[in-house]
Amino acid sequence: MKTEEQLEAMRRMLRIRRFEEAVMDIVRKGQGIAGAVHICVGQEATIVGSCLALRDDDFMVGYHRSHGHPIAKGAQLRPLMAELMGRRTGVCRGKGGSMHLADFRVGSLGETAIVGAGIPQAVGAAYGARLRGTDQVALCFFGDGAANIGSFHEGLNLASLWSAGVVFVCENNRYAMSTALADTMAAGSVAERAASYQMPGTIVDGQDVISVFEAVSMAVERARAGEGPTLIEAHTYRYRDHAEYGNLKLSHRPEDEVEEWRRRDPISVFSAQLLASGVAEEELREIEEQVAAEVADAVAFAKASPAPDPDELFDDLWATPLEVH
Amino acid sequence: MPTMSYRDAIRQAMLEEMRRDPAVVVFCEDARFWTMPTHGFVDEFGPERVPIMPISEEGFTGAAIGAAMTGLRPIVDYTIANLMYVAWDQIVNHAAKNRYLFGGQASVPIVFRAAMKYANATAAQHSDRPYPQLMNVPGLKIVVPSNPADALGLLKSAIRDDDPVVYFEPLRLWGTKGEVPEGEHLVPLGKAAICREGTDVTVVAIGDAVPAALKAAEVLSGEGVDLEVVDPRTLVPLDKATILDSVAKTGRLVIADPAHKTCGAAAEVAAIVAEEGFASLRAPIVRVVAPDVHPPFSPALEALMYPSPARVIAAVQSVAPAELMAR
Ligand SMILES: Cc1ncc(C[n+]2csc(CCOP(=O)(O)OP(=O)(O)O)c2C)c(N)n1
Ligand SMILES: [Mg+2]
Repeated sequence: MKTEEQLEAMRRMLRIRRFEEAVMDIVRKGQGIAGAVHICVGQEATIVGSCLALRDDDFMVGYHRSHGHPIAKGAQLRPLMAELMGRRTGVCRGKGGSMHLADFRVGSLGETAIVGAGIPQAVGAAYGARLRGTDQVALCFFGDGAANIGSFHEGLNLASLWSAGVVFVCENNRYAMSTALADTMAAGSVAERAASYQMPGTIVDGQDVISVFEAVSMAVERARAGEGPTLIEAHTYRYRDHAEYGNLKLSHRPEDEVEEWRRRDPISVFSAQLLASGVAEEELREIEEQVAAEVADAVAFAKASPAPDPDELFDDLWATPLEVH
Repeated sequence: MPTMSYRDAIRQAMLEEMRRDPAVVVFCEDARFWTMPTHGFVDEFGPERVPIMPISEEGFTGAAIGAAMTGLRPIVDYTIANLMYVAWDQIVNHAAKNRYLFGGQASVPIVFRAAMKYANATAAQHSDRPYPQLMNVPGLKIVVPSNPADALGLLKSAIRDDDPVVYFEPLRLWGTKGEVPEGEHLVPLGKAAICREGTDVTVVAIGDAVPAALKAAEVLSGEGVDLEVVDPRTLVPLDKATILDSVAKTGRLVIADPAHKTCGAAAEVAAIVAEEGFASLRAPIVRVVAPDVHPPFSPALEALMYPSPARVIAAVQSVAPAELMAR
């Protein structure tokens, strides 16, 4: 990564972190984010390192823990925050909410609330790109829990059969809700399953944005060259519980495990690396300030936006609204 | 009588049946987590009867069918009704059909539990009320309890039933409390409940439309309109007689159901009354149901979706005898 790119990685990781902190704050104060909210704080290096390996016109498919993913792909914050608040200015016009952020303008094809469902869809996007004669690549994120559902296996097999230009990034944060991966997966790792589908499978340190970027860049290159898919398993960690449950404390994990991972916080680690490599402290502070302002602006925009009108209930159900005779 | 929440009634039913019958097993993701009705089951019954489940709905549904055909009585908990769709093939093509396909050789005594998370701002992939879709599949019994006592008694009957039963739980009822009879409490499948007797208009209400209809009845009784509220409790088999008898008495029918309008449970009730109770009707049948659109995330829009006391009242007012409304 060039210095410019490194600073951009820092900016996007911070955007995600501050955005999520603002979301948690709004949830905690009951200020207008309803429903299930899955926070991705702790996983920023995997998300940003992967997305920065893409071109702007490449595709990205997220999952239920994907507030950060469209941000990493370059989406603007205002419509994302407005969506979480169910406003008509939301990126999905208030129809999707936290589990369905999608910003097609930046190639973000959406999150799904059904574990694993996005995996074959990403394969289809890559297949379509080739049929349409472009060299666009599809990046597909999912959790460790998704590696046990049929769509994972069917998706990987199809991708391999078709040499589809797709990069699978499993964000292995060790748990699916309260259940540890070791209790539910017969294989020793997600990555080793790549062998069954004749594709490379690698494990990367998901807390190190540069390692993730390098691994995904190689996979993207391979995908773009028509050489087929890659499965990357990033070891990472979510600091928060599975979802924000108001003020309930529901953790299923030992506190010291959370603390241990926090000591390798991806943003702190990277910022120390940047400083050591000669980036000026002011430069980082400036990014911090700009990001804080952007997030504050997004929150203000969302809060000032109106709720959808009742007559918007049926908007966007059909390509051609039904004529009722 | 002891008081119990709807959620605890579900837990109680499973506990009693698991203690009674070692063939009862539970397949559920995160069954050990303390928010789940199955919390503590692994400690009492062991990981053999309550295995740790990967996110593999199609897989563990198929496994439940195999186990059921060979002597077990699995309870499969999808935790959120929409997640059943991942296992749709196993439920619709196999659980529902195996007895028939195999000429009566196979028995598939499974209870599929499905909590419906609508009215909770979780958007379209977590908010469906899929029972009408499954009413269209012969071979599945379908239960939608509306209070803790029924939740307990119907779940116990469902577990003992030799057919596959899909048991739908409106999640917003989980926290509601109600009296539950002491001792063993079984509610038979296929028997409706008259929740409130009345003479002017029949309201057939399903799931959490029942409390909405009872609220409406309270308000309207102040205006001199006397509602009869009928809760079918099981949609398959449906207790037609109780509904038809009620309409014979009132001559007027409103159906309140949080599921979609087209081909919905309310549509089926309306069709039955039109076919078999036409002579009793003194006004058009009115449905208070969800419009044919996906549950939107935005709470401002989702508030328009499901039957509320106000919507039931408006429907009743549109069909109630003119002399009553004039009073
Ligand atoms: C098919 C399906 N089954 C179950 C669920 C309920 N559920 C939502 S998130 C989740 C855990 C997912 O774990 P993982 O894939 O590791 O992602 P993480 O939450 O850790 O980011 C479960 C079981 C679901 N949404 N979809
Ligand atoms: Mg996980």
